[in-house]
Amino acid sequence: MSADVAESPTALADRGELALGLPESYLAAGHTLGSWLTATDHKRIAILYAISITLFFFIGGAAATIVRLELFTPKADVVGADTYNKLFTLHGVVMVWFFLIPSIPTTLGNFLLPLMIGARDMAFPKLNLASWYLNIAGGILTASAMLAGGIDTGWTFYVPYSTVFSNTAVSLGVLGVFVAGFSTIATGVNVIATTHTLRAPGMTWFKLPLFVWAMYTTSLIFVLATPVLAVTLLLVLAERVFGLPIFDPARGGDPILFQHLFWFYSHPAVYIMILPAMGVISEVITCFARRRIFGYSFMVYALVAISVIGFFTWGHHMFTSGMSPFAALVFSFLSFIVAVPSAIKVFNWTATLYRGQIGFESPMLYALGFVGLFTVGGLTGLFLASIPIDVHVQDTYFVVAHFHYIMVGASVSAYFAGLHFWWPKVTGRMYPETWAKFSAILMFFGFNLTFFPQFIAGYLGMPRRYHVYPPEFQVWNVLSSAGAAVLAAAYLMPLGYLTWSVFFGERARNDPWNASGLEWRTTSPPPRENFLGKPEVLAMPYNYHPEGAPPIKDRPRVPAQGSLT
Amino acid sequence: MLAGLMPEQASELAPRVDAIFLGLTAISAFIVLLVVGLVVAFSIRFRRGSKANRDALPNLVSREFEIGWTAATLFVFVFIFWWAASAEIRAFVAPKDAIEVHVVAKQWMWKTQSANGVREINELHVPVGAPVRLILTSQDVIHAFYVPAFRLKRDALPGQQTEAWFKATKTGTFHLLCTEYCGTDHARMLGRIVVMEPEDYARWLSAQPEGDDLAHQGERLFTARGCAGCHAPGSAVHAPDLAGLWGRAVQLAGGRTVTADGAYIRDSILQPKRDVVAGYEPIMPSYAGLLSDGEIQELTAYIRALGSGSRSSRRLGEPPLSSRVPGGPEARSPALVPGAPVTDTPTPAGPATRP
Repeated sequence: MSADVAESPTALADRGELALGLPESYLAAGHTLGSWLTATDHKRIAILYAISITLFFFIGGAAATIVRLELFTPKADVVGADTYNKLFTLHGVVMVWFFLIPSIPTTLGNFLLPLMIGARDMAFPKLNLASWYLNIAGGILTASAMLAGGIDTGWTFYVPYSTVFSNTAVSLGVLGVFVAGFSTIATGVNVIATTHTLRAPGMTWFKLPLFVWAMYTTSLIFVLATPVLAVTLLLVLAERVFGLPIFDPARGGDPILFQHLFWFYSHPAVYIMILPAMGVISEVITCFARRRIFGYSFMVYALVAISVIGFFTWGHHMFTSGMSPFAALVFSFLSFIVAVPSAIKVFNWTATLYRGQIGFESPMLYALGFVGLFTVGGLTGLFLASIPIDVHVQDTYFVVAHFHYIMVGASVSAYFAGLHFWWPKVTGRMYPETWAKFSAILMFFGFNLTFFPQFIAGYLGMPRRYHVYPPEFQVWNVLSSAGAAVLAAAYLMPLGYLTWSVFFGERARNDPWNASGLEWRTTSPPPRENFLGKPEVLAMPYNYHPEGAPPIKDRPRVPAQGSLT
Repeated sequence: MLAGLMPEQASELAPRVDAIFLGLTAISAFIVLLVVGLVVAFSIRFRRGSKANRDALPNLVSREFEIGWTAATLFVFVFIFWWAASAEIRAFVAPKDAIEVHVVAKQWMWKTQSANGVREINELHVPVGAPVRLILTSQDVIHAFYVPAFRLKRDALPGQQTEAWFKATKTGTFHLLCTEYCGTDHARMLGRIVVMEPEDYARWLSAQPEGDDLAHQGERLFTARGCAGCHAPGSAVHAPDLAGLWGRAVQLAGGRTVTADGAYIRDSILQPKRDVVAGYEPIMPSYAGLLSDGEIQELTAYIRALGSGSRSSRRLGEPPLSSRVPGGPEARSPALVPGAPVTDTPTPAGPATRP
């Protein structure tokens, strides 16, 4: 195609012929620390989040490393009981509240949502920045709790241990999580408002990319469930600080009430961690299989079904607490039902590969790893929904393995898949592909070596949160600790080569993967305003065609400035 | 090969749980192999550059597939639910003739007391083949009574009672673990269940100096704490008579009826104004804070003994015997874990002192 007037500047930029008059990228819009810390640009805020959650990830990871080191032998030879209890609490609190919950929504979600729907920014840019500050404020409060002697309650803060018996800095830590909760509520409100009001012309609900649907359903959970957590934490604070008798049974309180309130939030929170991951995987698999996602509308309904039914399964965390058999059966049944839409998603991802033209770049490797890990994690969820098995494995390493498969294996794999997939868009640079492939494969094997033995140890009866354990469990713990070392290396590697690529990586094209989404129809990195013209969406999403298939007629279009709108 | 991968089966429940577990494992393994197999096969067949057919699927086919596997998944999952749930329902109610054992958990020890008065710390001796009903409570935080070999777990909650039961099918010594995180020495809150042949158990039992059974202690408390002043037969105060009360339906002021069970007795002691018996004045003071959980258990056992005839080995009214178990817990509860301390009264962590 010759350079006629209709050719868009993005196409020029694609060939490396940067046209004059192109607006500079969002990265070049200011270089001072102040310009970052006061940015209301969703893309810059995403970077701020990326830096802060990476820090939290490695703090939480360091704690996990010491935990695994201690469990190498049955005796307490690395740390003592109190230190160990504080370490697993630190690991859980930081990883759940400050890494997993914000990870994909606040980084990739923040960066991509407006780009994917053709908006210039989020609906409430200042609220978006405030969310980050709230998250950081919560993180600082929690970190100061760690410095003030630590917390030894576990991330679940079960009462009455946390309210009456623990002498550690529980109040400060709970306050930190409480503050961070407002950050997620604000993010959720922002995403919902943005998706409703700022979609480009032609971007109907059933043309939305699945990642946007995933962000949207996640945000519903953010907005509906997080206030319950906030109230629960306030009640814990009220009992600890003001001595109100709420959960303390010695004064008429009810410790089971806490569990109901806590899991009413924290079970949906698992879906907060996995729904965005599903969104990322849907984008990546369809792009590298070069086929439209199989069963788009079922994929959407499945996301909505998971987010809705997920609200009614919290009781399966409490089968051993003496709940009535009728209640237990209802929760068991609903827990089985919520697994159906998850299974649909797995089958549809698999079917998307059929008759595709599959490339194995690193995002795809992470995504394929995700499908395997998520399948194992999801199926072991059925074990926990079966009451007699749950009674046996509740609070053992079986549960630890199960939720790590979902929350770490699947969710973190998806985070890395998305990070690699959109890295060229975010930074304008390519990363070293060989290193990325190597770390993706290493992460998959390291993860399985770490957590698969825990299923066995758990079914054999090894309880969680033990710093010493009966010697017959040692073989499984040694395997697990060895895997943790591999996993740690696999997590450190991307930190190294991705950082390297920001400074030395090859310049990225606007659409290095030949992907179909609207976010690829702008420059890499995007300009401050995201698009040069006003985007208009004509195509169905995922207009991928394997080579030899009919040509693409209806790609989303971003007219050049000054041309037809 | 499975021997090392499965825990020992030592209760009637264990084979049933394992059957569901293995069935579910087989179904899961099939699904994992199916998914992974298809992913790998498609990845090879449809890799970039291969000469595979890449024509579009007819819409009808994809819709049929979608509906087909959704229905199949739903069917399989509901089937597993039904299978697991039916096993759970059968296992829910303890047999009527079960040996009753009261368990009190505290940071960080298990105290057990059988209805025949034998008290143990971090240990429980039971005969093989006999159903044993556990009535659990906690003095401080939430603990969980876990015997992996029995596939048995139940939380011990402060201020409440929970129940569980088992029937051991094998003699031997089995781990008793705490699985609800309960503070510093959670990992060292260990005990053992010793399952003996009935005749060995009888011999062991007769070697134990007889302690007071719960009902006798309750009887003493009944007088010592002033309950007898109102509730004893012939008392001047108009208060409900407790003889024959246990298990009966009680008519309350306001028309409701409740069954006089452990929870009702407990509520009546702690919140006497809540459910007043029809025809009586709400004059009883609350004993909340004045009686420990153990004492409430003892009073409940006494009231129960009044109603149903003594289920324990001795009749009420015989002079109480002194309660001593020789040897001390150190001699009787060898630690299961290297370095685990077994002390009679471990230093409690709480309650926290707050400014």
